[in-house]
Amino acid sequence: MGLEPNLERLTQLEGIGCARKRREDPRFIQGRGTYVDDVKMPGMCFGAMVRSPYASARIRKIDASRALALPGVIAVITAEELKPFKLHWMPTLAGDVQAVLADGRVSFQNQEVAFVIAENRYIAADGADLVEVEYEELPAVVDPRKALEPDAPVVREDLAGKTDGAHGARRHHNHIFTWEVGDKDKTARAFEQAEVTVTQDMLYPRVHPCPLETCGCVASFDKVKGDLTVYITSQAPHVVRTVVGLLSSVPESKIRIISPDIGGGFGNKVGVYPGYVCAIASSIVLGRPVKWIESRSENLTTTAFARDYWMTGELAATRDGVIKALRVKVVADHGAFDACADPSKWPAGMFHVCTGSYAIPNAFVSVDGVYTNKFPGGVAYRCSFRVTEAVYLIERMIDVLAQKLGMDKAEIRLRNFIRKEQFPYQTPLGLEYDSGNYETALRKVMDAVDYAGLRAEQAARRADPGAEWLMGIGVTTFTEIVGAGPSKMCDILGVGMFDSCEIRVHPDGSAIARMGTITQGQGHQTTYAQIIASEAGIPASVIQVEEGDTATAPYGLGTYGSRSTPVGGAATARCARKIREKARLIAAHLLEVSPDDLEFDLDRFVVKGAPGQAKTMKEIAWAAYNNVPSGLEMGLEAVDYYDPPNFTFPFGAYLCVLDINRYTGETKVRRFYALDDCGTRINPMIIEGQIHGGLTEGFAVAMGQQLPYDEQGNVLGGTLLDYFVPTAVETPVWETDYTVTPSPHHPIGAKGVAESPHVGSIPCFSSAVTDAFAHLGVTHMDMPHNAYRIWRQSHALGLDRR
Amino acid sequence: MIPRPFEYHAPTSLNDAVKLLGDLGAEAKLLAGGHSLLPMMKLRFAEPAHLIDLGRIDALRGIGIDGQVIRIGAMTTENELVWSELLQQHCPLLVEAARLISDPQVRYMGTIGGDISHGDPGNDHPALMICLDATFVLRGPQGERTVKAVDGFFLGTYTTALAPDEILTEIRIPIPAEGSGWCYAKLKRKTGDFATAATAVLLRMKGGQVEDVSIALTNVADTALKARDAEGHLRGKRLDEAAIGEAARLAMAICQPAEDLRGNVEYKTAMAGEMTRRALRTAASRVH
Repeated sequence: MGLEPNLERLTQLEGIGCARKRREDPRFIQGRGTYVDDVKMPGMCFGAMVRSPYASARIRKIDASRALALPGVIAVITAEELKPFKLHWMPTLAGDVQAVLADGRVSFQNQEVAFVIAENRYIAADGADLVEVEYEELPAVVDPRKALEPDAPVVREDLAGKTDGAHGARRHHNHIFTWEVGDKDKTARAFEQAEVTVTQDMLYPRVHPCPLETCGCVASFDKVKGDLTVYITSQAPHVVRTVVGLLSSVPESKIRIISPDIGGGFGNKVGVYPGYVCAIASSIVLGRPVKWIESRSENLTTTAFARDYWMTGELAATRDGVIKALRVKVVADHGAFDACADPSKWPAGMFHVCTGSYAIPNAFVSVDGVYTNKFPGGVAYRCSFRVTEAVYLIERMIDVLAQKLGMDKAEIRLRNFIRKEQFPYQTPLGLEYDSGNYETALRKVMDAVDYAGLRAEQAARRADPGAEWLMGIGVTTFTEIVGAGPSKMCDILGVGMFDSCEIRVHPDGSAIARMGTITQGQGHQTTYAQIIASEAGIPASVIQVEEGDTATAPYGLGTYGSRSTPVGGAATARCARKIREKARLIAAHLLEVSPDDLEFDLDRFVVKGAPGQAKTMKEIAWAAYNNVPSGLEMGLEAVDYYDPPNFTFPFGAYLCVLDINRYTGETKVRRFYALDDCGTRINPMIIEGQIHGGLTEGFAVAMGQQLPYDEQGNVLGGTLLDYFVPTAVETPVWETDYTVTPSPHHPIGAKGVAESPHVGSIPCFSSAVTDAFAHLGVTHMDMPHNAYRIWRQSHALGLDRR
Repeated sequence: MIPRPFEYHAPTSLNDAVKLLGDLGAEAKLLAGGHSLLPMMKLRFAEPAHLIDLGRIDALRGIGIDGQVIRIGAMTTENELVWSELLQQHCPLLVEAARLISDPQVRYMGTIGGDISHGDPGNDHPALMICLDATFVLRGPQGERTVKAVDGFFLGTYTTALAPDEILTEIRIPIPAEGSGWCYAKLKRKTGDFATAATAVLLRMKGGQVEDVSIALTNVADTALKARDAEGHLRGKRLDEAAIGEAARLAMAICQPAEDLRGNVEYKTAMAGEMTRRALRTAASRVH
């Protein structure tokens, strides 16, 4: 009794757990989204960048006279024009400085040298072509290990004599920082006493997030009002406002940053780029709106790469496979300017999650940041800061150890997992994992795919000398760290990494909610409404979610590192609870009972023991505007700023089966089984979509993406002809599964999910590819696992001989 | 990614197009789909002052049969090749290959004539035309002439026997003998990419032996290649693994690929051999 009406009301709410369709989709699938390049303003002009063809050169002369003579060209700005405003250099998020326009010297190919402003984008492009720059080419260095050699070319002449950087002492002209974490001596002793040790070098190549929409902005300064409005493809609009305020001396109250619809970010849209600064500065000087939009090649070769980590891992273990210690050495290529997006205190982000899902008692990590003549970045490409690198390192090392010991790769994981009763778990590198249940997850996957059967099939294949296709099985059991983060540990430019939500309930019971985060495809307009629906009893269908406009939304640190649900979602849940508690007071007043005599039932307050006496949230909302108890403010709204007590730690168990042609290196992914645990699941359909997207991007990185350089510092493969973006044809079929282990410290137990499939799948592909050759003694193969590179492995082993 | 300014011309008759090309001279480029030319213009590697769009000349489109010859208008799109029942019946090799060209969107715009005239060794039609022994009809101010694909039409990267004032108007392909086997085996990194290596094969068997075989290779030299030694080796032989292996070796022997991100010389050469094996095996399985 009573269940039936509840079910109906529950369905109407479309709250947590409901696979409601995405509110964003109708406008996107009808071509009605508004992206930055759709913004057109009266009098708007266009900017185009003049870029350096050299990776390292002195600029002898810039002659803009031919460009300026072209009808329609309004101005050409160089570092000289920006100097009076002190805008020729800008601070980076990592505590370095970056040239907005080259100040007498370029340090990477395609570096920004001059900015041409014209009446339209065609004239701007022609004008950029007419700017004549005289260069004196200098030697370049593209390998970060060579960059640390004593006589290596100097990447940054502007830092001459600076022996200290933002993260401590610099010991070489191309050295940025050394970051160490863990107990070095204890770890060294564990290695000395170990029965077995393994070591493995691995390169996580330079890749690019490559969002569908490239970066861009429209800056519009109103000279009369003194207001600056900037439409920008930013994952962190509020941080951009603070940065623009710092740079321009315009008070933040006069700056409005609007992130409209965003065609994917994946870390590429966290930073502030020279193009933005040039567009804003030009608009302030000209008093006209200035648009700057990157081309695809500009995006792929200048704005924020990811990874480029040259790692060496070591494990110490007993003969029966119990891990005693992990030691990691990283040379991190940051390019010509240190423009990483990491919490200020952690120049290698959360790389210290690299002990993974395993109870490893001792660990020590050392990361050297290095300048090279390559474009700046080091952002988190669909992952939390440097977590993809960390997970790759530990998952590959576990495989290497298993091979050395002759153990099965699943078995060694089961032997070393942190057990569920050990949570909250303190890692030797200073993190506290909130919750996990790793063994259950892995066993569920092994059962689902008949792991023993697969290994038997593989053994038979390996025994057949005529088999054209080699079979590889990859296993990963990863732990992510997301939801940055507690302000005591995490800040960006001194601003703590909290996030926020503001909810206003209108008289008719509908509501508007605004957050400090910004959706780029994650479906916030859908899922945040579900949280509010469950927590405040307002149907999701009448909740309007808005983000991205700093003039209306509360300050927040934005969306990256899977922080929206862990941080913004927590703020949303707590804000909705504030609404509910105020509604309780109003309901008590209307029903003439004590607030304590009421209980909340989905969408209404009911008098305990008298189910007939109730007030719905809709009724309460109306009363909030005309009949509130004395002493209570009218209206029904709330704000919450949430500073998380800890990170959240989603995890998963992935398994990949693939076949490799020994004669051509072609790979066919036969099966990919992904089990994710992201705690409480808000919208299963969106989770499924996020996992498919993350797996597909993981597949792209593992199997094909790379931005290689030649010795002269020319970036190769900076177009979509070479840079691998898989289509439906290449993309494997994904099988997904889940377990639910809520986060104990998050208001609704949710952990975040969008990045897990990227983080977890990449080492799984490497594991599977390497496994195909493991019986021949191969312990590791660097990415990307394209046919050419796999063939070289096969060829080196003589497997392609007929 | 914005080209230099250019004049756009869209003649509706072949005569007008030939005249325009003659009048505008070296400043003009023909637009026949644009999926090679327009990216080059956007990168400003090509900077023609005039574009002559052949897309509105109806006479340049269509697929028909004339006696023992298939006639294909130069402006016939890749998708029209794919959808053609006539080709599916009489020249399935061309259908199979067209399906492997770039992606469906490009195949709506890209044309067989544009693919051939561009002279890019990475394009697929040159090897197919060599394999199928096609003849090209070229039209210039002096009138029409014909050149066979195998008789030196493809001269080098981006160079063909087309004179600057000539337009490729038609492709003539002798209908392959009834019962022939065929295959276009193409290795590419991803949808939309050019071949790392590819091999086109047309095969006729008689009494368990190779009566005739035509083999051509894509993207392993500065033009498509006819693998004459491999063909010669196979004629009159049973098509067993030894013969196929030797043919692949002979095909590899004529490769001179350029190293790029798809692979080095050794890999591309090896892949030409692998694709030749695949194409021969598949073609043999289709002989009836």
